[in-house]
Amino acid sequence: MSATGSESITDTPIDHPRVGLFVTCLADIYRPNVGLAAVALLEKVGCSVEVPQTQTCCGQPSYNNGDLAGAARTARNTIEAFEDFDYVVVPSGSCAGMLHDFPRLFESEPGWQQRARAMAGKTHELISFLTDVRGLDAVDASFGRAVTYHDSCHGLRALGIKEQPRRLLASVGGLELRELNDSEICCGFGGTFCVKYPEISGRMVADKADAIAATGAKVVLGGDLGCLLNIAGRLGREGGDVSVYHVAEVLAGMADVPGLGDPPGSGGRSR
Amino acid sequence: MESLSHAFKERSVHALKDETLQVALHRAKDGFAVKRAKAVEGLPEFDALRDRAVAIKNHTLENLDHYLERYADAVERSGGKVHWASSAEDARRIVVEICRAAGAKMITKGKSMVGEEVGVNGALEGAGFEVVETDLGEYIIQLAHEPPSHIIVPAVHKTRGQIADLFHENHQKYGLTRKLSEVPEMVNEARQVLRSKYLDADVGITGANFLIAESGTSVIVTNEGNGDLTCSLPRVHIVTAGIEKVVPTAEDATTLLRLLARSATGQDLTTYTTFSTGPKRADDTDGPEEYHVVLVDSGRSTMLADQFREMLRCIRCGACMNHCPVYGAIGGHAYGWVYPGPMGSVLTPLSVGLKEAGNLPNACTLNGHCAEVCPVRIPLPDLLRTLRHREYQLKLGLKPLRWGLAAWVWFTSHPRIYRLGTRVQARMLATLAGRKGRFTRMPLAGGWFKGGRDLPAPQGETFMAVWARRQKERGQ
Repeated sequence: MSATGSESITDTPIDHPRVGLFVTCLADIYRPNVGLAAVALLEKVGCSVEVPQTQTCCGQPSYNNGDLAGAARTARNTIEAFEDFDYVVVPSGSCAGMLHDFPRLFESEPGWQQRARAMAGKTHELISFLTDVRGLDAVDASFGRAVTYHDSCHGLRALGIKEQPRRLLASVGGLELRELNDSEICCGFGGTFCVKYPEISGRMVADKADAIAATGAKVVLGGDLGCLLNIAGRLGREGGDVSVYHVAEVLAGMADVPGLGDPPGSGGRSR
Repeated sequence: MESLSHAFKERSVHALKDETLQVALHRAKDGFAVKRAKAVEGLPEFDALRDRAVAIKNHTLENLDHYLERYADAVERSGGKVHWASSAEDARRIVVEICRAAGAKMITKGKSMVGEEVGVNGALEGAGFEVVETDLGEYIIQLAHEPPSHIIVPAVHKTRGQIADLFHENHQKYGLTRKLSEVPEMVNEARQVLRSKYLDADVGITGANFLIAESGTSVIVTNEGNGDLTCSLPRVHIVTAGIEKVVPTAEDATTLLRLLARSATGQDLTTYTTFSTGPKRADDTDGPEEYHVVLVDSGRSTMLADQFREMLRCIRCGACMNHCPVYGAIGGHAYGWVYPGPMGSVLTPLSVGLKEAGNLPNACTLNGHCAEVCPVRIPLPDLLRTLRHREYQLKLGLKPLRWGLAAWVWFTSHPRIYRLGTRVQARMLATLAGRKGRFTRMPLAGGWFKGGRDLPAPQGETFMAVWARRQKERGQ
């Protein structure tokens, strides 16, 4: 595996960039393994990874519920923690997209808006950072299972993440990717949507679970923990034997732990 | 039309449990999305056309007063009459007055969403006229006494069996007593019933997909030809249209037409595209004797002046709802007003108020599929979020949500306390979940479980705790 790969799309590639990892609140609380996988992958492509201890949440709960002042307050904390890095990398398309939206929160504060814009310009979702910025096109992991992949909406539509995870997954030894019918259809998570309209959200994730079952794959991967918690929650309720992992865990060769919502110490329901 | 949007939650739950509706929705699912995708694939310049359409619409909206005057002048020059309706009430009154003055008894209608919006049918029936919808879908819901559930396929929520029953019940008075089961038979029977209505009608009312300013022409697209017959057979033709329908030239209209059918049904062009300009001239063989246009504002000029102007680009293709997973799950009626789906979730609160329709902009996952397919690139998720912001400022949302958000903001801007809180939470949840690894219920988190799903438990330690320990071990 090489950090040089094909020439990156950035103007001046940095040999050993200082990367601030914004781990996201969901990965921090629910799935530290995603953070560790992200660090491992970033280090493999020559990054020096730091994790500011003052980071919290990206602010989407406030932003998407109309509390722009609250979102700006949360955002200031994030900007202060991350603006000095060469890059800010986020293992979530949704939260990375939020950081890209930060300048919108400071329409009446030019100073903060300038800082928000500067930070947004160097903020990337993890997988697309590895491929598009660092030129990674193969990993040296193996995972001898059939998997399917859900394209999380924000990563897909706001950041154009579609082919990148597939390219890297193709290099994982023993892994067979079975494409999910309707992989671009929302799983029904939608942040607070899933608790405000649980019945609609529940129908959407049930449809997603049906599509997953139709692939016959026993592992679902994705790039956003919000969606993955929702999908794992539904699959758990249905009582099947499908496990859910963040794609970074597989790419880093760290999917040797139980999947999301699988019994601890079991090595996963699907084993 | 009266709004039931305040009851969105109850109506959506009801819709999810309505098995017949779910059958109809399931059958319709994907159909239009797949057809649109094929049509777009077959037109390499589709995205360039979208840019052109956005430019045309933006330019027109920036100069809307100018183009409306040009259009109105051209209509008058061609012998037609233009009526300005600032409100839905005005529009109803004007249409009723025209029909009265024409001494009408029977009125045929081509499908018109603005007609649904202002409630033309109710006003006309209240005034004693017989009104018959001639678009097959619209005719079906008229028989069922229901509003449309989709802006281009108003009866998409009906199954074939339900339609057969409706025809059986309503067509006996015409001597058509056989109960039908096949679609072609039903279409034929409807045609048979409607044909005599066309011939008897005194007034024909249509909507308009575009109004061409340079010539005073109105354009409608249909797949059944009912628009042509409604325009040309009755003595009087009334066009009802929102003021945003105007475009400068025929060339502009054709640019938009190339996008409309592809985005809506995946057709290159609808079967019929009907242009009508003024009443019958001396040497014309057919056409109406009177030609009226009712231009409806009803809140549109307010939108023009504020941050929702982009919504006025909408050409009513329905692509946003065809690709909306929420619409796909609950159908159009749950939204409670004329326009459902993403475009309706923007328009409805602007028309009937946020207090009445506050649920609509919230009932969206912001997945962005609607904006991706919108032919005129309306940033629907952004507009929905702007409505949420307005709702928040007006303090219309749920109080517990406000409190929860305020608490979360406080935590997220106090990192040390946040670190401690998340450590405790992760540890506690992992311990409580025990060997199961997930929760099947939890106090205060009922919403999550109401969606028919478990909640995966955290791994136990937060990432930040793991990282801090690792750094210490590394001696950093």
